Amino acid sequence: MRNIFLFIKKFFVFFLFLVLQVISISILITYNKTHQAIFSGIANEMTGWVSSKYNDVEYYFRLKKTNEDLAAENSRLRTILAGTLDEPDTTKLSRIDSLLKDTLGRVRKFNFLPAKVVNNSVNHENNYITLFRGSKQGVNTNMAVCGPDGIVGRIVSVSDNYSIVMSLLNHNSKVSAMILHSNYTGIVEWHGSDPQYLELQGIPKSAKLKIGDTVITSNLSGNFPEGLIIGTVTENSIDQSTGNYHLKLKSATNFFTIQFAYLIENSMWTEQKQLESKSIVNP
Amino acid sequence: MSSLLKNTIRFILFILIQAYVLDKIYPIQEYIKPILYFLFILWLPFNISRPALLIVAFVFGLCMDYFSGTPGLHSSACLLIAYLRPFILNILLPREIAGTSYAEPSIKSMGFAAYGVYILILTFIHHVYLVFLEWLQFGDLLFFIGKITLTTALSLVLILITEMLFYRKAKYKTNTA
Repeated sequence: MRNIFLFIKKFFVFFLFLVLQVISISILITYNKTHQAIFSGIANEMTGWVSSKYNDVEYYFRLKKTNEDLAAENSRLRTILAGTLDEPDTTKLSRIDSLLKDTLGRVRKFNFLPAKVVNNSVNHENNYITLFRGSKQGVNTNMAVCGPDGIVGRIVSVSDNYSIVMSLLNHNSKVSAMILHSNYTGIVEWHGSDPQYLELQGIPKSAKLKIGDTVITSNLSGNFPEGLIIGTVTENSIDQSTGNYHLKLKSATNFFTIQFAYLIENSMWTEQKQLESKSIVNP
Repeated sequence: MSSLLKNTIRFILFILIQAYVLDKIYPIQEYIKPILYFLFILWLPFNISRPALLIVAFVFGLCMDYFSGTPGLHSSACLLIAYLRPFILNILLPREIAGTSYAEPSIKSMGFAAYGVYILILTFIHHVYLVFLEWLQFGDLLFFIGKITLTTALSLVLILITEMLFYRKAKYKTNTA
């Protein structure tokens, strides 16, 4: 027994090193698997607070650009509004519907919650965005996030007042996408090269497409509503081994200057997941 | 200024500079990433005990991790260089000088050649380990080699600039103090 103590005392520093090293590696591995870090709640609040102080300053320098983006988005949304349609035929009335449920029994499936971006990174291998909106303001994990120009990512971790988004610029991010008009679906990924460009995999060679085609979220994109813009095709080459296209997209969202994002609440999501987990034996 | 206060200020400054200045820089190329924060560990005083050095490095790395959103990655790399630091210092300079005359590693206290080798070895080890942990997740050999070389080169340039910008008065410890 005494020898053991002597042994431990002699190599105390080495053991301390090993113990701490094991702790940090295990934190890293659990985080990579589940995106739930130890102390993540407290750490999110702390780093979120510092980040929002920093963002107060950074925000001033981008006010003009942010205003332009929001104004452009407003004008785009106004044109979609039913009220701007000119209809000479008075037998058909179009109304703006803001109810949760309308008289035809349609329910509002997606609900948009605005959030301020307080921290953002583009040059890591796995990038995350911190939003100033947390579980107290109705954020859940797995909610989809889009910006004024296009989609941004998905929520992976929530604390009381802050939430963390896994942005599209992340090796673990996979979003089902579709080419507008031709309706071929594929998967949008990012391989860590350039934060302006994403990659679209799984579009067969037979699909007709050209440079400049718009890529949008498909109906299989999970929490994302169908038809949000992801990006535009800038480069196409054919992967010889699979016979599929290897497409490079220019991301619609500018991850360098993003200041506001919308969290998309899917009211049917739990129902869909429950049904799928019941019926699919081998996922 | 006491050593504790000075190092506490450095602790905060290095993390803030890495998280809010260097990590915000537009990425020039996928292999190049400016990393400077680990210089805090290389600048810690000579007379810090080895268990304390490890614990400080662990806490420092973990703080950095929570700011960059990768818990465990930086703390693991910081621990490794903190563990190896005393061995390399022992090889590079005789025991008596290291312990008594100057407070912390710098060009003045160690000489340019010895300090340069010290910085180069630990920077290289830190980056190899950091990129290795990333490589385990993504597995691309070209990425591994390219990122280590280019990032190490950039870090050395950054350290050189830091040394020139913030001239540290090498405190000479007398016997009476």
